[in-house]
Amino acid sequence: MKALAARRHHRLTPVVLVLLALVAIGGVYAAFATPSATADTATNQDIEEGKKLFIANCATCHGVNAEGTSTVPSLIGVGAAAVDFQVGTGRMPMQMTGPQAEAKPPQMNEEQTAQLAAYVASLGPGPAIPAAEAVDPELGDAANGAALFRTNCAMCHNAVGAGGALSEGKWAPDIRDTTPTHLYEAMQTGPQNMPVFNDDTLTPEEKRDIIAYIDYQKEGSAGGISLGSLGPVSEGVWVWVVGMGLLIGAAVWIGAKSS
Amino acid sequence: MSDREVTTTSSSEDRFVDPGLPPHKSRMGDTDPRAAKRSEMQVVILFVISIVGTIGSLLAYFLVVPDGDVASVRNANLALGVTLFLSLMGIGLAAIHWAKTLMSDHEVAEERHPMASDAETRAAALGKLQDGAKDSNIARRTVLKGSVVTAVGLFPLTIAVPLIGSVGGDWDVSKFKHTLWEKGKRLTTDPAGRPVKASDVTIGSVVQIIPEASEEERSGHSWITEKAKAVVMLVRMDPADLKESEDRKGWSYNGIVAYSKICTHVGCPVALYEQQTHHVLCPCHQSTFDVSDGAKVVFGPAKRPLPQLPIAVDNEGYLVAQDDFNEPVGPSYWERLK
Repeated sequence: MKALAARRHHRLTPVVLVLLALVAIGGVYAAFATPSATADTATNQDIEEGKKLFIANCATCHGVNAEGTSTVPSLIGVGAAAVDFQVGTGRMPMQMTGPQAEAKPPQMNEEQTAQLAAYVASLGPGPAIPAAEAVDPELGDAANGAALFRTNCAMCHNAVGAGGALSEGKWAPDIRDTTPTHLYEAMQTGPQNMPVFNDDTLTPEEKRDIIAYIDYQKEGSAGGISLGSLGPVSEGVWVWVVGMGLLIGAAVWIGAKSS
Repeated sequence: MSDREVTTTSSSEDRFVDPGLPPHKSRMGDTDPRAAKRSEMQVVILFVISIVGTIGSLLAYFLVVPDGDVASVRNANLALGVTLFLSLMGIGLAAIHWAKTLMSDHEVAEERHPMASDAETRAAALGKLQDGAKDSNIARRTVLKGSVVTAVGLFPLTIAVPLIGSVGGDWDVSKFKHTLWEKGKRLTTDPAGRPVKASDVTIGSVVQIIPEASEEERSGHSWITEKAKAVVMLVRMDPADLKESEDRKGWSYNGIVAYSKICTHVGCPVALYEQQTHHVLCPCHQSTFDVSDGAKVVFGPAKRPLPQLPIAVDNEGYLVAQDDFNEPVGPSYWERLK
Protein backbone atom coordinates (compact mmCIF):
# COMPACT_ATOMS: atom_id res chain seq x y z
CA MET A 1 0.00 0.00 0.00
CA LYS A 2 2.83 2.27 0.91
CA ALA A 3 4.48 1.75 -2.48
CA LEU A 4 1.22 2.59 -4.32
CA ALA A 5 0.70 5.68 -2.20
CA ALA A 6 4.22 6.80 -2.95
CA ARG A 7 3.62 6.48 -6.71
CA ARG A 8 0.64 8.83 -6.51
CA HIS A 9 3.12 11.55 -5.86
CA HIS A 10 5.23 10.70 -8.88
CA ARG A 11 5.55 13.69 -11.23
CA LEU A 12 4.28 11.62 -14.22
CA THR A 13 1.07 10.62 -12.44
CA PRO A 14 -1.14 13.39 -13.97
CA VAL A 15 0.11 12.49 -17.46
CA VAL A 16 -0.68 8.80 -16.98
CA LEU A 17 -4.12 9.61 -15.58
CA VAL A 18 -4.97 11.94 -18.45
CA LEU A 19 -3.84 9.29 -20.96
CA LEU A 20 -5.97 6.64 -19.21
CA ALA A 21 -8.98 8.97 -19.23
CA LEU A 22 -8.55 9.69 -22.94
CA VAL A 23 -8.34 5.99 -23.77
CA ALA A 24 -11.46 5.35 -21.69
CA ILE A 25 -13.45 8.15 -23.35
CA GLY A 26 -12.31 7.07 -26.80
CA GLY A 27 -13.21 3.45 -26.05
CA VAL A 28 -16.66 4.37 -24.75
CA TYR A 29 -17.26 6.61 -27.76
CA ALA A 30 -16.17 3.91 -30.18
CA ALA A 31 -18.46 1.44 -28.44
CA PHE A 32 -21.57 3.68 -28.56
CA ALA A 33 -21.19 5.73 -31.72
CA THR A 34 -22.77 4.17 -34.79
CA PRO A 35 -20.50 4.38 -37.79
CA SER A 36 -21.74 6.98 -40.27
CA ALA A 37 -20.21 5.38 -43.33
CA THR A 38 -18.39 2.18 -44.11
CA ALA A 39 -15.94 4.21 -46.17
CA ASP A 40 -13.98 4.54 -42.93
CA THR A 41 -13.31 0.83 -42.80
CA ALA A 42 -13.19 0.11 -46.50
CA THR A 43 -9.77 0.16 -48.04
CA ASN A 44 -8.88 2.34 -50.99
CA GLN A 45 -8.49 -0.83 -53.02
CA ASP A 46 -12.14 -1.76 -52.31
CA ILE A 47 -13.21 1.66 -53.53
CA GLU A 48 -11.12 1.31 -56.68
CA GLU A 49 -12.53 -2.15 -57.42
CA GLY A 50 -16.00 -0.86 -56.63
CA LYS A 51 -15.59 1.97 -59.09
CA LYS A 52 -14.63 -0.48 -61.85
CA LEU A 53 -17.69 -2.61 -61.08
CA PHE A 54 -19.83 0.52 -61.03
CA ILE A 55 -18.62 1.69 -64.43
CA ALA A 56 -19.22 -1.77 -65.89
CA ASN A 57 -22.63 -2.51 -64.35
CA CYS A 58 -24.36 0.63 -63.09
CA ALA A 59 -23.06 3.66 -64.97
CA THR A 60 -25.25 3.03 -68.03
CA CYS A 61 -28.28 4.25 -66.10
CA HIS A 62 -26.91 6.04 -63.03
CA GLY A 63 -24.20 7.94 -64.93
CA VAL A 64 -20.41 7.64 -64.79
CA ASN A 65 -20.27 9.79 -61.68
CA ALA A 66 -23.46 8.29 -60.16
CA GLU A 67 -25.16 11.62 -60.74
CA GLY A 68 -28.42 10.07 -62.05
CA THR A 69 -30.88 11.56 -64.54
CA SER A 70 -34.41 12.89 -64.40
CA THR A 71 -35.77 9.32 -64.25
CA VAL A 72 -32.85 7.52 -62.55
CA PRO A 73 -31.91 8.47 -58.99
CA SER A 74 -28.52 9.92 -58.15
CA LEU A 75 -26.50 7.61 -55.90
CA ILE A 76 -24.48 10.34 -54.24
CA GLY A 77 -25.24 10.19 -50.54
CA VAL A 78 -27.44 7.08 -50.60
CA GLY A 79 -24.82 5.29 -48.52
CA ALA A 80 -23.55 1.73 -48.30
CA ALA A 81 -26.84 0.50 -46.81
CA ALA A 82 -28.79 1.31 -49.98
CA VAL A 83 -26.22 -0.49 -52.18
CA ASP A 84 -26.10 -3.52 -49.91
CA PHE A 85 -29.91 -3.77 -50.03
CA GLN A 86 -30.42 -3.13 -53.76
CA VAL A 87 -27.51 -5.26 -55.00
CA GLY A 88 -27.66 -7.83 -52.20
CA THR A 89 -31.31 -8.68 -52.92
CA GLY A 90 -30.67 -8.74 -56.69
CA ARG A 91 -32.92 -5.74 -57.39
CA MET A 92 -29.96 -3.93 -58.92
CA PRO A 93 -28.59 -4.12 -61.55
CA MET A 94 -32.08 -4.09 -63.06
CA GLN A 95 -32.78 -6.66 -65.75
CA MET A 96 -35.66 -4.83 -67.38
CA THR A 97 -37.84 -1.85 -66.74
CA GLY A 98 -41.26 -2.38 -65.19
CA PRO A 99 -43.52 -1.05 -62.47
CA GLN A 100 -40.74 -1.77 -60.00
CA ALA A 101 -37.37 -3.55 -59.76
CA GLU A 102 -37.91 -7.16 -58.78
CA ALA A 103 -35.85 -9.13 -56.29
CA LYS A 104 -33.93 -11.89 -58.04
CA PRO A 105 -30.82 -14.02 -57.40
CA PRO A 106 -28.05 -11.48 -56.82
CA GLN A 107 -25.76 -10.83 -59.76
CA MET A 108 -22.83 -9.72 -57.59
CA ASN A 109 -21.17 -11.91 -54.98
CA GLU A 110 -20.68 -10.65 -51.43
CA GLU A 111 -17.22 -9.28 -52.08
CA GLN A 112 -18.33 -7.35 -55.18
CA THR A 113 -21.37 -6.01 -53.30
CA ALA A 114 -19.09 -4.78 -50.52
CA GLN A 115 -16.76 -3.14 -53.04
CA LEU A 116 -19.66 -1.39 -54.80
CA ALA A 117 -21.01 -0.28 -51.41
CA ALA A 118 -17.58 1.08 -50.47
CA TYR A 119 -17.40 3.04 -53.72
CA VAL A 120 -20.89 4.56 -53.43
CA ALA A 121 -20.32 5.36 -49.75
CA SER A 122 -17.14 7.22 -50.76
CA LEU A 123 -19.19 9.56 -52.98
CA GLY A 124 -21.00 11.18 -50.08
CA PRO A 125 -22.02 10.43 -46.49
CA GLY A 126 -25.03 8.14 -46.14
CA PRO A 127 -26.41 5.36 -43.97
CA ALA A 128 -23.94 2.52 -43.35
CA ILE A 129 -24.59 -1.20 -43.34
CA PRO A 130 -25.90 -1.95 -39.81
CA ALA A 131 -23.77 -3.92 -37.37
CA ALA A 132 -24.78 -7.52 -36.63
CA GLU A 133 -25.91 -6.52 -33.15
CA ALA A 134 -28.27 -3.85 -34.50
CA VAL A 135 -30.26 -6.42 -36.47
CA ASP A 136 -30.18 -9.38 -34.07
CA PRO A 137 -33.82 -10.52 -33.63
CA GLU A 138 -32.89 -12.13 -30.31
CA LEU A 139 -32.21 -8.69 -28.81
CA GLY A 140 -35.48 -7.11 -30.07
CA ASP A 141 -38.87 -6.94 -28.36
CA ALA A 142 -41.34 -8.68 -30.69
CA ALA A 143 -44.40 -7.28 -28.86
CA ASN A 144 -43.31 -3.67 -29.32
CA GLY A 145 -42.25 -4.61 -32.85
CA ALA A 146 -45.80 -5.82 -33.54
CA ALA A 147 -47.27 -2.47 -32.42
CA LEU A 148 -44.78 -0.57 -34.59
CA PHE A 149 -45.33 -2.91 -37.52
CA ARG A 150 -49.12 -2.46 -37.37
CA THR A 151 -48.73 1.32 -37.43
CA ASN A 152 -45.91 1.74 -39.92
CA CYS A 153 -45.65 -1.33 -42.13
CA ALA A 154 -48.78 -3.51 -42.09
CA MET A 155 -50.82 -1.26 -44.40
CA CYS A 156 -48.62 -2.24 -47.35
CA HIS A 157 -46.76 -5.37 -46.24
CA ASN A 158 -49.78 -7.13 -44.58
CA ALA A 159 -50.16 -7.85 -40.86
CA VAL A 160 -47.56 -10.63 -40.89
CA GLY A 161 -45.38 -9.31 -43.72
CA ALA A 162 -46.89 -11.41 -46.52
CA GLY A 163 -46.89 -8.38 -48.85
CA GLY A 164 -49.68 -6.77 -50.84
CA ALA A 165 -50.70 -4.81 -53.92
CA LEU A 166 -50.06 -1.12 -54.55
CA SER A 167 -51.25 1.03 -57.44
CA GLU A 168 -50.50 0.53 -61.16
CA GLY A 169 -48.72 -2.82 -61.00
CA LYS A 170 -46.50 -1.98 -58.06
CA TRP A 171 -46.53 -4.13 -54.98
CA ALA A 172 -45.12 -4.37 -51.47
CA PRO A 173 -43.06 -7.58 -51.40
CA ASP A 174 -43.33 -10.50 -49.00
CA ILE A 175 -40.71 -9.73 -46.34
CA ARG A 176 -40.92 -12.85 -44.20
CA ASP A 177 -37.79 -14.38 -45.73
CA THR A 178 -35.81 -11.15 -46.04
CA THR A 179 -32.61 -11.17 -43.99
CA PRO A 180 -32.54 -8.93 -40.88
CA THR A 181 -29.78 -6.77 -42.38
CA HIS A 182 -31.78 -6.18 -45.56
CA LEU A 183 -34.90 -5.39 -43.49
CA TYR A 184 -32.98 -2.78 -41.54
CA GLU A 185 -31.48 -1.26 -44.69
CA ALA A 186 -34.87 -1.12 -46.41
CA MET A 187 -36.39 0.78 -43.48
CA GLN A 188 -33.44 3.14 -43.32
CA THR A 189 -33.11 3.89 -47.03
CA GLY A 190 -36.66 3.51 -48.39
CA PRO A 191 -36.02 1.62 -51.63
CA GLN A 192 -38.20 2.52 -54.64
CA ASN A 193 -41.70 3.48 -53.51
CA MET A 194 -41.17 2.54 -49.89
CA PRO A 195 -40.93 5.62 -47.66
CA VAL A 196 -37.85 6.28 -45.53
CA PHE A 197 -37.92 5.42 -41.82
CA ASN A 198 -34.70 7.07 -40.67
CA ASP A 199 -33.09 6.54 -37.28
CA ASP A 200 -34.76 9.64 -35.84
CA THR A 201 -38.34 8.83 -36.77
CA LEU A 202 -37.91 5.09 -36.13
CA THR A 203 -35.04 4.53 -33.71
CA PRO A 204 -32.50 1.70 -34.22
CA GLU A 205 -34.03 -0.10 -31.22
CA GLU A 206 -37.50 0.17 -32.78
CA LYS A 207 -36.14 -1.18 -36.07
CA ARG A 208 -34.68 -4.14 -34.19
CA ASP A 209 -38.05 -4.72 -32.49
CA ILE A 210 -39.70 -4.84 -35.92
CA ILE A 211 -37.06 -7.32 -37.11
CA ALA A 212 -37.81 -9.44 -34.02
CA TYR A 213 -41.51 -9.38 -34.92
CA ILE A 214 -40.82 -10.51 -38.51
CA ASP A 215 -38.54 -13.23 -37.16
CA TYR A 216 -41.32 -14.33 -34.80
CA GLN A 217 -43.54 -15.01 -37.82
CA LYS A 218 -41.23 -17.91 -38.71
CA GLU A 219 -42.86 -19.86 -35.88
CA GLY A 220 -46.00 -19.95 -38.01
CA SER A 221 -49.61 -19.49 -37.01
CA ALA A 222 -51.21 -20.97 -33.91
CA GLY A 223 -54.27 -21.61 -36.03
CA GLY A 224 -52.57 -24.12 -38.34
CA ILE A 225 -52.38 -23.67 -42.11
CA SER A 226 -52.18 -19.94 -42.79
CA LEU A 227 -53.22 -20.07 -46.50
CA GLY A 228 -50.50 -17.54 -47.27
CA SER A 229 -51.75 -15.18 -44.52
CA LEU A 230 -53.46 -13.18 -47.27
CA GLY A 231 -56.58 -12.55 -45.23
CA PRO A 232 -60.26 -12.85 -46.12
CA VAL A 233 -59.84 -13.48 -49.86
CA SER A 234 -57.83 -16.69 -49.76
CA GLU A 235 -59.65 -17.86 -46.64
CA GLY A 236 -63.01 -17.06 -48.24
CA VAL A 237 -62.11 -18.97 -51.41
CA TRP A 238 -61.09 -21.93 -49.29
CA VAL A 239 -64.33 -21.92 -47.32
CA TRP A 240 -66.54 -21.41 -50.38
CA VAL A 241 -64.83 -23.89 -52.69
CA VAL A 242 -63.55 -26.61 -50.37
CA GLY A 243 -65.84 -26.22 -47.36
CA MET A 244 -69.08 -25.73 -49.29
CA GLY A 245 -67.99 -28.40 -51.79
CA LEU A 246 -67.64 -30.95 -49.01
CA LEU A 247 -71.05 -29.98 -47.57
CA ILE A 248 -72.74 -30.33 -50.95
CA GLY A 249 -70.99 -33.67 -51.48
CA ALA A 250 -72.22 -34.88 -48.08
CA ALA A 251 -75.76 -33.73 -48.87
CA VAL A 252 -75.73 -35.61 -52.19
CA TRP A 253 -74.41 -38.75 -50.51
CA ILE A 254 -77.06 -38.61 -47.75
CA GLY A 255 -79.83 -38.18 -50.33
CA ALA A 256 -78.59 -40.88 -52.72
CA LYS A 257 -80.10 -44.34 -52.69
CA SER A 258 -77.93 -47.11 -51.42
CA SER A 259 -77.32 -50.08 -53.71
CA MET B 1 -96.08 -52.43 -46.60
CA SER B 2 -96.63 -52.75 -50.32
CA ASP B 3 -95.97 -50.33 -53.15
CA ARG B 4 -99.08 -48.34 -53.88
CA GLU B 5 -100.42 -45.82 -56.33
CA VAL B 6 -100.92 -42.29 -55.09
CA THR B 7 -104.43 -41.11 -55.91
CA THR B 8 -104.67 -37.72 -57.53
CA THR B 9 -107.38 -35.12 -57.13
CA SER B 10 -109.94 -34.88 -59.89
CA SER B 11 -108.97 -31.37 -61.01
CA SER B 12 -105.42 -32.26 -61.99
CA GLU B 13 -106.45 -35.57 -63.55
CA ASP B 14 -107.12 -33.92 -66.88
CA ARG B 15 -103.72 -32.33 -67.13
CA PHE B 16 -101.33 -35.19 -66.38
CA VAL B 17 -101.30 -38.78 -65.42
CA ASP B 18 -99.73 -39.68 -62.11
CA PRO B 19 -96.68 -41.79 -62.97
CA GLY B 20 -96.74 -43.43 -59.53
CA LEU B 21 -93.64 -44.57 -57.70
CA PRO B 22 -90.85 -46.32 -59.62
CA PRO B 23 -90.59 -50.05 -58.99
CA HIS B 24 -88.79 -50.87 -55.76
CA LYS B 25 -85.22 -52.07 -56.20
CA SER B 26 -83.77 -54.24 -53.53
CA ARG B 27 -80.34 -53.49 -52.12
CA MET B 28 -77.59 -56.07 -52.02
CA GLY B 29 -78.03 -56.31 -48.28
CA ASP B 30 -81.73 -57.18 -48.67
CA THR B 31 -81.01 -60.28 -50.73
CA ASP B 32 -77.54 -61.31 -49.61
CA PRO B 33 -77.09 -61.83 -45.86
CA ARG B 34 -73.32 -61.58 -46.27
CA ALA B 35 -73.64 -58.08 -47.74
CA ALA B 36 -75.89 -57.11 -44.85
CA LYS B 37 -73.32 -58.48 -42.41
CA ARG B 38 -70.62 -56.48 -44.20
CA SER B 39 -72.67 -53.27 -43.92
CA GLU B 40 -73.23 -53.97 -40.24
CA MET B 41 -69.49 -54.33 -39.73
CA GLN B 42 -68.90 -51.03 -41.53
CA VAL B 43 -71.35 -49.27 -39.24
CA VAL B 44 -69.70 -50.85 -36.21
CA ILE B 45 -66.26 -49.71 -37.44
CA LEU B 46 -67.55 -46.14 -37.84
CA PHE B 47 -68.91 -46.17 -34.29
CA VAL B 48 -65.58 -47.56 -33.05
CA ILE B 49 -63.79 -44.72 -34.85
CA SER B 50 -66.00 -42.31 -32.92
CA ILE B 51 -65.20 -44.05 -29.64
CA VAL B 52 -61.48 -43.88 -30.41
CA GLY B 53 -61.88 -40.20 -31.30
CA THR B 54 -63.60 -39.42 -28.01
CA ILE B 55 -60.96 -41.23 -25.98
CA GLY B 56 -58.30 -39.52 -28.11
CA SER B 57 -59.75 -36.08 -27.47
CA LEU B 58 -59.69 -36.69 -23.72
CA LEU B 59 -56.09 -37.88 -24.00
CA ALA B 60 -55.24 -34.85 -26.15
CA TYR B 61 -56.77 -32.52 -23.57
CA PHE B 62 -54.66 -33.97 -20.78
CA LEU B 63 -51.46 -34.81 -22.69
CA VAL B 64 -51.00 -32.14 -25.38
CA VAL B 65 -50.95 -29.06 -23.17
CA PRO B 66 -50.05 -25.71 -24.81
CA ASP B 67 -47.17 -24.12 -22.90
CA GLY B 68 -47.36 -20.69 -24.52
CA ASP B 69 -45.29 -20.90 -27.69
CA VAL B 70 -46.90 -20.92 -31.11
CA ALA B 71 -45.96 -24.48 -32.07
CA SER B 72 -47.41 -26.00 -28.90
CA VAL B 73 -50.68 -24.06 -29.24
CA ARG B 74 -50.90 -25.25 -32.83
CA ASN B 75 -50.24 -28.88 -31.83
CA ALA B 76 -52.83 -28.72 -29.06
CA ASN B 77 -55.44 -27.25 -31.43
CA LEU B 78 -54.61 -29.86 -34.05
CA ALA B 79 -54.83 -32.80 -31.62
CA LEU B 80 -58.14 -31.59 -30.15
CA GLY B 81 -59.56 -30.75 -33.57
CA VAL B 82 -58.70 -34.06 -35.24
CA THR B 83 -59.96 -36.20 -32.37
CA LEU B 84 -63.16 -34.17 -32.00
CA PHE B 85 -63.68 -34.50 -35.76
CA LEU B 86 -63.31 -38.29 -35.57
CA SER B 87 -65.60 -38.46 -32.55
CA LEU B 88 -68.54 -36.59 -34.12
CA MET B 89 -67.96 -37.61 -37.74
CA GLY B 90 -67.89 -41.31 -36.72
CA ILE B 91 -71.35 -41.07 -35.17
CA GLY B 92 -72.72 -39.06 -38.08
CA LEU B 93 -71.38 -41.32 -40.83
CA ALA B 94 -72.37 -44.45 -38.94
CA ALA B 95 -75.95 -43.22 -38.46
CA ILE B 96 -76.34 -42.37 -42.14
CA HIS B 97 -74.71 -45.59 -43.34
CA TRP B 98 -76.89 -47.60 -40.96
CA ALA B 99 -80.05 -45.89 -42.20
CA LYS B 100 -79.10 -46.30 -45.85
CA THR B 101 -77.92 -49.90 -45.86
CA LEU B 102 -79.67 -51.71 -43.01
CA MET B 103 -82.90 -49.93 -42.09
CA SER B 104 -86.04 -50.54 -44.16
CA ASP B 105 -85.89 -48.75 -47.50
CA HIS B 106 -89.46 -49.29 -48.71
CA GLU B 107 -91.09 -46.24 -50.25
CA VAL B 108 -93.91 -44.84 -48.18
CA ALA B 109 -96.59 -42.40 -49.36
CA GLU B 110 -98.25 -40.22 -46.76
CA GLU B 111 -101.69 -38.89 -47.61
CA ARG B 112 -102.07 -35.17 -47.11
CA HIS B 113 -105.33 -33.81 -45.82
CA PRO B 114 -106.63 -30.26 -46.28
CA MET B 115 -105.30 -27.99 -43.54
CA ALA B 116 -108.44 -25.89 -43.12
CA SER B 117 -111.25 -26.95 -40.76
CA ASP B 118 -114.68 -27.49 -42.25
CA ALA B 119 -117.14 -24.60 -42.58
CA GLU B 120 -119.22 -25.61 -39.59
CA THR B 121 -116.26 -25.65 -37.16
CA ARG B 122 -115.06 -22.30 -38.47
CA ALA B 123 -118.45 -20.67 -38.05
CA ALA B 124 -118.69 -22.01 -34.49
CA ALA B 125 -115.23 -20.65 -33.59
CA LEU B 126 -116.06 -17.23 -35.01
CA GLY B 127 -119.30 -17.19 -33.08
CA LYS B 128 -117.47 -17.96 -29.84
CA LEU B 129 -115.04 -15.05 -30.42
CA GLN B 130 -117.92 -12.66 -31.10
CA ASP B 131 -119.71 -13.86 -27.98
CA GLY B 132 -116.56 -13.19 -25.96
CA ALA B 133 -116.16 -9.66 -27.33
CA LYS B 134 -119.81 -8.91 -26.61
CA ASP B 135 -119.48 -10.37 -23.11
CA SER B 136 -116.47 -8.10 -22.31
CA ASN B 137 -118.45 -4.99 -23.34
CA ILE B 138 -115.38 -3.59 -25.01
CA ALA B 139 -117.31 -1.86 -27.75
CA ARG B 140 -119.40 0.04 -25.22
CA ARG B 141 -116.80 0.80 -22.54
CA THR B 142 -114.51 3.13 -24.55
CA VAL B 143 -112.33 4.17 -21.60
CA LEU B 144 -111.55 0.55 -20.90
CA LYS B 145 -110.75 0.04 -24.56
CA GLY B 146 -108.44 3.06 -24.57
CA SER B 147 -106.62 1.99 -21.43
CA VAL B 148 -105.99 -1.56 -22.60
CA VAL B 149 -104.68 -0.37 -25.96
CA THR B 150 -102.43 2.21 -24.25
CA ALA B 151 -101.08 -0.26 -21.69
CA VAL B 152 -100.28 -2.92 -24.26
CA GLY B 153 -98.94 -0.33 -26.71
CA LEU B 154 -96.61 1.28 -24.15
CA PHE B 155 -95.13 -1.94 -22.83
CA PRO B 156 -92.56 -2.43 -25.68
CA LEU B 157 -90.89 0.83 -24.59
CA THR B 158 -89.42 -1.01 -21.58
CA ILE B 159 -87.38 -3.04 -24.03
CA ALA B 160 -86.91 -0.57 -26.87
CA VAL B 161 -85.63 2.43 -24.89
CA PRO B 162 -82.77 0.66 -23.03
CA LEU B 163 -81.91 -1.22 -26.20
CA ILE B 164 -81.62 1.88 -28.37
CA GLY B 165 -79.92 3.77 -25.54
CA SER B 166 -77.15 1.21 -25.13
CA VAL B 167 -76.70 0.69 -28.86
CA GLY B 168 -76.26 4.40 -29.59
CA GLY B 169 -74.25 5.38 -26.55
CA ASP B 170 -73.40 8.88 -27.58
CA TRP B 171 -75.61 10.88 -29.92
CA ASP B 172 -73.58 14.07 -29.90
CA VAL B 173 -72.72 14.47 -33.60
CA SER B 174 -70.88 17.74 -33.01
CA LYS B 175 -67.96 15.71 -31.61
CA PHE B 176 -67.13 14.69 -35.17
CA LYS B 177 -66.20 18.27 -35.94
CA HIS B 178 -63.36 18.49 -33.43
CA THR B 179 -60.27 16.42 -32.83
CA LEU B 180 -57.54 16.60 -30.18
CA TRP B 181 -55.49 18.91 -32.42
CA GLU B 182 -55.20 22.50 -31.27
CA LYS B 183 -52.80 25.40 -31.65
CA GLY B 184 -49.32 24.49 -30.44
CA LYS B 185 -49.97 20.78 -29.84
CA ARG B 186 -46.91 18.74 -30.76
CA LEU B 187 -46.92 16.01 -33.37
CA THR B 188 -45.69 12.74 -31.80
CA THR B 189 -44.94 9.30 -33.21
CA ASP B 190 -47.52 6.53 -33.07
CA PRO B 191 -47.39 4.46 -30.86
CA ALA B 192 -44.32 5.63 -28.86
CA GLY B 193 -45.53 9.24 -28.39
CA ARG B 194 -42.11 10.78 -29.14
CA PRO B 195 -42.25 14.41 -30.38
CA VAL B 196 -40.93 14.84 -33.92
CA LYS B 197 -38.39 17.50 -34.89
CA ALA B 198 -38.75 19.00 -38.35
CA SER B 199 -35.06 18.27 -38.95
CA ASP B 200 -35.61 14.55 -38.22
CA VAL B 201 -38.01 14.14 -41.11
CA THR B 202 -35.81 13.58 -44.15
CA ILE B 203 -37.07 13.77 -47.73
CA GLY B 204 -39.01 10.64 -48.61
CA SER B 205 -39.83 9.96 -44.96
CA VAL B 206 -43.26 9.15 -43.67
CA VAL B 207 -44.16 9.30 -39.98
CA GLN B 208 -47.42 8.05 -38.47
CA ILE B 209 -48.52 10.75 -36.05
CA ILE B 210 -50.72 11.07 -32.97
CA PRO B 211 -51.29 14.27 -30.96
CA GLU B 212 -49.06 14.72 -27.92
CA ALA B 213 -50.70 13.20 -24.86
CA SER B 214 -49.47 11.97 -21.50
CA GLU B 215 -49.10 8.28 -20.78
CA GLU B 216 -52.12 8.65 -18.48
CA GLU B 217 -54.30 10.19 -21.18
CA ARG B 218 -53.25 7.53 -23.64
CA SER B 219 -54.31 4.73 -21.32
CA GLY B 220 -57.65 6.44 -20.60
CA HIS B 221 -61.04 5.27 -21.77
CA SER B 222 -61.71 7.94 -24.39
CA TRP B 223 -58.23 7.87 -25.96
CA ILE B 224 -59.03 5.21 -28.53
CA THR B 225 -61.96 7.16 -29.99
CA GLU B 226 -60.05 10.45 -29.88
CA LYS B 227 -57.03 8.84 -31.51
CA ALA B 228 -59.23 7.34 -34.21
CA LYS B 229 -60.24 10.86 -35.25
CA ALA B 230 -56.86 12.55 -34.81
CA VAL B 231 -54.41 10.19 -36.57
CA VAL B 232 -52.25 11.97 -39.12
CA MET B 233 -49.68 10.99 -41.70
CA LEU B 234 -46.62 13.20 -41.98
CA VAL B 235 -44.73 13.19 -45.26
CA ARG B 236 -41.71 15.10 -46.45
CA MET B 237 -40.97 15.60 -50.11
CA ASP B 238 -38.79 17.86 -52.19
CA PRO B 239 -40.51 21.29 -51.89
CA ALA B 240 -40.20 21.53 -55.70
CA ASP B 241 -42.64 18.60 -56.00
CA LEU B 242 -45.21 20.20 -53.72
CA LYS B 243 -48.15 22.03 -55.29
CA GLU B 244 -50.00 24.21 -52.81
CA SER B 245 -53.07 26.38 -53.20
CA GLU B 246 -52.72 30.05 -52.25
CA ASP B 247 -54.74 29.78 -49.04
CA ARG B 248 -52.68 26.82 -47.82
CA LYS B 249 -49.19 28.19 -48.51
CA GLY B 250 -48.49 28.52 -44.80
CA TRP B 251 -49.77 25.07 -43.83
CA SER B 252 -46.62 23.11 -44.65
CA TYR B 253 -43.02 23.40 -43.48
CA ASN B 254 -40.07 22.91 -45.86
CA GLY B 255 -41.89 20.25 -47.87
CA ILE B 256 -43.38 18.59 -44.78
CA VAL B 257 -47.15 18.14 -45.05
CA ALA B 258 -49.58 16.49 -42.64
CA TYR B 259 -52.89 14.95 -43.67
CA SER B 260 -55.65 13.17 -41.80
CA LYS B 261 -55.33 9.40 -42.19
CA ILE B 262 -59.09 8.80 -42.19
CA CYS B 263 -60.47 8.16 -45.69
CA THR B 264 -63.21 10.55 -46.75
CA HIS B 265 -65.08 7.65 -48.34
CA VAL B 266 -65.99 5.36 -45.44
CA GLY B 267 -63.25 6.09 -42.93
CA CYS B 268 -60.61 3.39 -43.41
CA PRO B 269 -57.05 4.38 -42.43
CA VAL B 270 -55.36 5.63 -45.61
CA ALA B 271 -51.65 5.02 -45.22
CA LEU B 272 -50.20 3.13 -48.18
CA TYR B 273 -47.82 5.89 -49.21
CA GLU B 274 -45.79 5.59 -52.41
CA GLN B 275 -42.67 7.67 -52.02
CA GLN B 276 -41.98 8.22 -55.73
CA THR B 277 -45.51 9.06 -56.91
CA HIS B 278 -46.56 10.81 -53.66
CA HIS B 279 -49.80 8.85 -53.90
CA VAL B 280 -51.46 7.49 -50.81
CA LEU B 281 -53.77 4.59 -51.27
CA CYS B 282 -56.75 3.42 -49.22
CA PRO B 283 -56.65 -0.35 -48.68
CA CYS B 284 -60.44 -0.74 -48.50
CA HIS B 285 -61.68 0.60 -51.84
CA GLN B 286 -58.51 1.80 -53.57
CA SER B 287 -59.23 5.52 -53.30
CA THR B 288 -55.97 7.24 -54.19
CA PHE B 289 -54.97 10.69 -52.98
CA ASP B 290 -52.12 12.84 -54.31
CA VAL B 291 -50.28 14.13 -51.25
CA SER B 292 -48.17 16.48 -53.37
CA ASP B 293 -51.31 18.24 -54.58
CA GLY B 294 -53.56 18.93 -51.60
CA ALA B 295 -54.38 15.19 -51.21
CA LYS B 296 -56.88 15.50 -54.06
CA VAL B 297 -58.61 12.31 -55.16
CA VAL B 298 -56.92 10.83 -58.24
CA PHE B 299 -58.72 7.49 -58.23
CA GLY B 300 -61.47 5.60 -56.46
CA PRO B 301 -64.79 6.23 -54.77
CA ALA B 302 -63.73 8.99 -52.34
CA LYS B 303 -65.29 12.35 -53.20
CA ARG B 304 -63.28 14.81 -51.11
CA PRO B 305 -59.54 15.36 -50.47
CA LEU B 306 -58.12 14.28 -47.12
CA PRO B 307 -58.31 17.14 -44.57
CA GLN B 308 -54.93 18.84 -44.09
CA LEU B 309 -53.48 19.60 -40.68
CA PRO B 310 -51.76 23.01 -40.73
CA ILE B 311 -48.33 22.62 -39.13
CA ALA B 312 -45.55 24.89 -37.90
CA VAL B 313 -42.35 24.55 -35.87
CA ASP B 314 -42.04 25.68 -32.24
CA ASN B 315 -38.95 27.41 -30.87
CA GLU B 316 -37.36 24.06 -29.93
CA GLY B 317 -37.63 22.79 -33.49
CA TYR B 318 -40.50 20.39 -32.87
CA LEU B 319 -43.43 20.16 -35.26
CA VAL B 320 -46.69 21.54 -33.83
CA ALA B 321 -50.23 21.96 -35.13
CA GLN B 322 -51.33 25.48 -36.02
CA ASP B 323 -54.93 24.61 -35.33
CA ASP B 324 -57.48 21.81 -35.53
CA PHE B 325 -58.49 20.54 -38.97
CA ASN B 326 -60.60 23.15 -40.76
CA GLU B 327 -63.26 20.56 -41.62
CA PRO B 328 -64.57 17.36 -40.00
CA VAL B 329 -62.33 14.36 -40.75
CA GLY B 330 -63.57 11.13 -42.26
CA PRO B 331 -66.64 10.23 -44.28
CA SER B 332 -69.62 12.47 -44.94
CA TYR B 333 -72.63 12.59 -42.61
CA TRP B 334 -75.87 14.57 -42.66
CA GLU B 335 -74.89 17.38 -40.34
CA ARG B 336 -71.34 17.71 -41.71
CA LEU B 337 -71.67 21.14 -43.29
CA LYS B 338 -74.17 22.60 -40.82
